[in-house]
Amino acid sequence: MTDLNKLNESIISGDLNTSVQITKEALAEKTDPQEIIQKYMITAMDVIGGKFERNEVFVPELLMAARAMKGSLELLRPLLAASGIEPQGRVIIGTVKGDLHDIGKNLVASMLEGSGFEVDNMGVDVPSDKIVAAVQSKEIDIVALSALLTTTMPSMRDVIEALKEAGVRDKVKVIIGGPAVTQEFCDQIDADGYSENANGAVSLARKLLAS
Amino acid sequence: MRTTGIQELLKSRSLLFCDGAWGTIFQFAGLKPGESCELWNRDQRKKVLEVAQSYVDLGVDMIETNSFRGNGITLAGIGLENDAVELNRLAAEISREAAGDKCLVLGSVGPTGKILMMGDVSENEMYDTFAEQVHALEQGGADAICIETMSALDEAELAVKAAVENTDLEVVCTFTFVKTMSGDYKTVMGITPAQMAEKLLSAGASIIGTNCGYGMEAMIPIVKAFRDFDSNIPLLVQANAGIPKIEDGKTVFPETPDEMAGHVPDLIDAGVSIIGGCCGTTPDHITAIMNKAKVYHTANS
Repeated sequence: MTDLNKLNESIISGDLNTSVQITKEALAEKTDPQEIIQKYMITAMDVIGGKFERNEVFVPELLMAARAMKGSLELLRPLLAASGIEPQGRVIIGTVKGDLHDIGKNLVASMLEGSGFEVDNMGVDVPSDKIVAAVQSKEIDIVALSALLTTTMPSMRDVIEALKEAGVRDKVKVIIGGPAVTQEFCDQIDADGYSENANGAVSLARKLLAS
Repeated sequence: MRTTGIQELLKSRSLLFCDGAWGTIFQFAGLKPGESCELWNRDQRKKVLEVAQSYVDLGVDMIETNSFRGNGITLAGIGLENDAVELNRLAAEISREAAGDKCLVLGSVGPTGKILMMGDVSENEMYDTFAEQVHALEQGGADAICIETMSALDEAELAVKAAVENTDLEVVCTFTFVKTMSGDYKTVMGITPAQMAEKLLSAGASIIGTNCGYGMEAMIPIVKAFRDFDSNIPLLVQANAGIPKIEDGKTVFPETPDEMAGHVPDLIDAGVSIIGGCCGTTPDHITAIMNKAKVYHTANS
């Protein structure tokens, strides 16, 4: 039997090759994909995310872990889809109009994806109408918005206003992030939550969907 | 009198002064979100020159150039990659025009916004884009290259090497550190001041330091960390005027000139060599800093 604890360890240490290798072995032994993800992979992302939040590891370690996680997920996803298993939630994420910064946004996307969410990464400089169109046309639970610059933070408000105008604000939870984002700002623009870091974004998304 | 460089100036004076922010001043002057600061070197030359002149007039020892996001990789994000050479050369020419022989011009080079380990750009591409930028800044009349707001060691090292190998200029490099839960300072990539100093000095930087961050007070422990590593290397500090807040839809930097200046004595005691400002600072902030430093110097000599 493959020791799946090694999968957990290899994701935490960011070892892509080992995590892909063990996943293949486990699948060859007909292990339930859902069990692999829930018991060994999401727990690994929780561990590395916690270390990141406590400043025990930094962006490179988080990126490596997310990459290892993704490598394994790519093998498992088709099997999940085939057996009709739903993701934890469906997220669209983007950096708002006027802002071209993508590092923080991509970190959050990787962490959400690694934690079992289906993530559609819309890129940078995303206009409000594109987000509204996505919410109208697809089944989406969470809209995640990023802005690095204080000058582009007001674009987050624009997105929320546009969702309201289109009558779809209540269809989704809107979460926001960026170095200058605060709870006060979050309340001002009527977002559903904000997080200071990528790991916090995962707990926030889980919390909002559970409520 | 135009001097040969920063290190030369530091032989006769223990403390030098640098300019404050440009980008945040452009925002007050009408720069729109998403609009390129660097494009103003061509389209709003007068406004850029005014900012440069406002700092030169304070009697600072050096000013920077409006080229922070002027590397080809970042400019490609807004379709301006083919304008990189021109926009950087113009940036240096504008600062040179304002500075004349009165002060030095530091060509500003910021991060590309790409992480090498993600594989979006190669080391060669990154090196080449920095080489192109620093060469253009030298052509436009810069006296030194200031690689700033860096957090990744590999990217900063490539930028320093590109500057050392493609120009005859002094190379300054500053990192942005964040406070960790254990209370020490590291970049978001996990790099300590000592690790940064060791790597970049061996890559050929002759002046190092820290910029941006959480305001003036937070720079003091970072300077101490640098000094624990090396007691002699010239250290540049350019702090933000605090952490920006949004008030009534407008960006506000909370630290007043007096508040920032209040930390100058501690910064001097910690061992800073050059003080300037980053986001949110204005000529008023730099004036207050210079005055405070002079008073402190007189009282202690």
